Amino acid sequence: MRCRKLRMTVTNSFNRTSKERDAVVSAGPMLAADGTPLKKSLARALRVQKMRALLLIAPLLVFVLISFIAPIVDMLFRSVENQIVSDILPETVMALETWDGSGDQPPAEMAFEALYLDLFFATEKKLHTRLGSRLNYEITGAASLFRKTGRRIGRFGTDVLTSQIVAQSPELANVAAWQELMGDTETRSALPLTARTWDRWTEYLIQEGDDVATTPLEDIHFAALYFDLRDGVFATNARLPALDITNYETVRFRDEFASADDGWLDVEFWRTVQTYSPRYTPGYFLNAVDLKKDYDGIQPRPESQQIYVTLFGRTLSMSLVITLACLLLGYPVSWLLANLPARTANLLLILVLLPFWTSLLVRTSAWKVMLQQQGVVNDTLVWLGFVDDASRLIMMNNQTGTIIAMTHILLPFMILPLYSVMKTIPPSYVRAAKSLGATNWTAFWRVYFPQSVPGIGAGSILVFILAIGYYITPEIVGGTSGIFISNRIAYHISSSLNWGLAAALGTILLVAVLVLYWVYDRVVGIDNVKLGG
Amino acid sequence: MNFTKTLMATLAVVMPAGLATAQGQLANDMVLVSWGGAYQESQHRAYVEPYIEMNSSVTATWDESSNEAVAKLRAMNEAGNVTWDVVDVVAADAIRLCDEGLALEINHDEFLAPAPDGTPASKDFGNLIVSDCFIPQIVYSTTFGYRTDLVGDTPPSDVCAIFDLAAYPGKRSLEKRPLNNMEWALYCDGVAKDEIYDVLATAEGQKRALAKLDTIKDDVIWWSAGADTPQLLADGEVVMGSTYNGRLFSVIEEQNQPVEILWDMQVFDLDGWIIPAGLSAEREARARDFLYFATDTQRLADQAKYISYGPARASSAPLVGNHADLGIEMAPHMPTDPNNSANTLLYNYEFWADYRDDIDATFQAWLAK
Repeated sequence: MRCRKLRMTVTNSFNRTSKERDAVVSAGPMLAADGTPLKKSLARALRVQKMRALLLIAPLLVFVLISFIAPIVDMLFRSVENQIVSDILPETVMALETWDGSGDQPPAEMAFEALYLDLFFATEKKLHTRLGSRLNYEITGAASLFRKTGRRIGRFGTDVLTSQIVAQSPELANVAAWQELMGDTETRSALPLTARTWDRWTEYLIQEGDDVATTPLEDIHFAALYFDLRDGVFATNARLPALDITNYETVRFRDEFASADDGWLDVEFWRTVQTYSPRYTPGYFLNAVDLKKDYDGIQPRPESQQIYVTLFGRTLSMSLVITLACLLLGYPVSWLLANLPARTANLLLILVLLPFWTSLLVRTSAWKVMLQQQGVVNDTLVWLGFVDDASRLIMMNNQTGTIIAMTHILLPFMILPLYSVMKTIPPSYVRAAKSLGATNWTAFWRVYFPQSVPGIGAGSILVFILAIGYYITPEIVGGTSGIFISNRIAYHISSSLNWGLAAALGTILLVAVLVLYWVYDRVVGIDNVKLGG
Repeated sequence: MNFTKTLMATLAVVMPAGLATAQGQLANDMVLVSWGGAYQESQHRAYVEPYIEMNSSVTATWDESSNEAVAKLRAMNEAGNVTWDVVDVVAADAIRLCDEGLALEINHDEFLAPAPDGTPASKDFGNLIVSDCFIPQIVYSTTFGYRTDLVGDTPPSDVCAIFDLAAYPGKRSLEKRPLNNMEWALYCDGVAKDEIYDVLATAEGQKRALAKLDTIKDDVIWWSAGADTPQLLADGEVVMGSTYNGRLFSVIEEQNQPVEILWDMQVFDLDGWIIPAGLSAEREARARDFLYFATDTQRLADQAKYISYGPARASSAPLVGNHADLGIEMAPHMPTDPNNSANTLLYNYEFWADYRDDIDATFQAWLAK
């Protein structure tokens, strides 16, 4: 704070002088050698200099943007992305727009008809199971619902519609007739669903590299045509061969779906589809803070599934404990390093760096050997008689294990900045304080310690931020009570494949770190952090 | 595109495996993904080495990423650069990969060699083909090992010994996920074997399973890597613990630790190959050529010389011989041996595909409590 005030005074005085100078030169602009006003010329020179500097760092900037920022942004974006539902089920989403899900009945036949068309394309493109996995995060059973029905959809009784239409107007069995029909704008607007289905079909065939003209027609076209003729207001405007559908034998799609899997009649499933139909969803973020978005709005998740808030809290508090432990252990060591004669100090420094250079996994596994109940520490304690053989200490697979192992692993990140800052504190200050009558404590606390604060700041930030994102060590020695939020992120990335939730958890963690950084800046001041002399 | 695929498929069926190489349509580099350790070694010695001997132009590179195969394949697929040719995964992952469109759907009779007596592959593998993308390789089981010196005079013969703290005091190790643990808990809480999944599908059933696990929660060390339980057993950290039967075989027979296997209620699971979707025609052809050889009857039986996992083909079982290095007979160590498989459970793929997200959330919240 003091520093900031000082800076402000400086700026003020600078402003004053520039005002005074303006007052002096207001008689006429001061000119550079080439006749342009000096101010302009100076600005240009500065701009050129800035451009040159920018060009120098450009390769690095581009590299960081492409290989670091872009993937992170892309990953974080997944936390709200939800296009998959409306992309794969466009007709169904449209049909559900007006559905009131507050009753206990699944939507009307129309939604099942739309679902049939959507699911046909989804199955052809093999996307139905992917949608099933997505919806399974929200409602249990969706995965097999889509997988099973995908196998059945080709065997729905839809050929009834096809054969009746073809019986009335045989030319509709030809692809060419359809192509002509669907090329006519008036017919298209008269038969909107048929036109949309045809467009999806041609788009799909082009994607597959197949020829529309030679690929046989599917039942979906006839089904869509039938729906349009039945419901369409302007269907009579279509340049269609005369079709009279009044006496048609129909297909009950609801029953067809229900016979494939009765999960389709579950109103809860349809509510979920409706809730998760928008292209962007807060669902993952809500899930990441133990909430749930369903038909009735945002609600807490069932108590038996609440875990993330606890884990966030635990991650923060344990990281804090680890940071403090590192500080307590690292401070005296750094002091020793900074004040011993160079030869001894270098030897000690090697001892600090040696574990730093050892693989993380090796060090963590070594802690396992040390801390387990039949481990080195317990064996020694039992041998010395401090601990009874029957009641060996439990030092790992809990928080203690995580704290011990992580403190050890992160210690160099505290010692190194502390050491480099302490190295620059002249010993004469403490000596001067003592010669003026200060006790050892006062000399340390009033003179030495304040000068080492920048190192404490740097070391603590480093250790804390590293600790917050750790997951290998907690996974190995943390058991169940010593795991961090990163363990869940890793699980969702590599195991459950719920990348949206992982991204949401990661975003929250990132924001939490940024907020803490901002708070630190406000309280201590970030210019008061030094990594070295 | 489709035409080429059909053509390739027909070609591969018509031509014997070795002959196809001469056509020059097969890629020469192959990246195989597996689990590392003794298992990958068994694959290498049983069929990768012989295959390379037969096809000297081929180089095979191992990538030990099966653990994260699903996530990595998804990332590769999104990046449009799939660098793997054949991937070894557990059946549940194969189903996921197939669901996500990341693995190639295959016709097993076209892709794989028939049994020596002419039985088509789909019959030979039988109901182990749990997904259209999955080529089964081995049957393994997750079961318990116990320290013979720590269980007193009455070694456990019933899986419910894990819940019996009075008779078998001490720590146990269980896997840090709901799969298998929930089934064992319900079974030992008195649920009939064929009703386990019906019960587990309900919220009350899940609560019941967790309540049973609660009775031993303080005495459980939760593992996440297959090597954990063998190490915990060898160090005497736990009295008993669950792990894969091949790991226990190696603790017992290769490292001579005082450990025995408790086969009761072992959970059968499958491991096998998938071919990633979106490979170039040459690479796909090479992958198929390799898998045609690597999953034939003799090769699968050969693999059992190096590791105690049961070959997935019915026709391979009679060909299982002795361990290549130890010289002991392998058949009695197979999870599928009649003496070991009196009471077993088969991993329910469909149930877990549906309930995994939900039950895992409950289970992890329960663990963290």
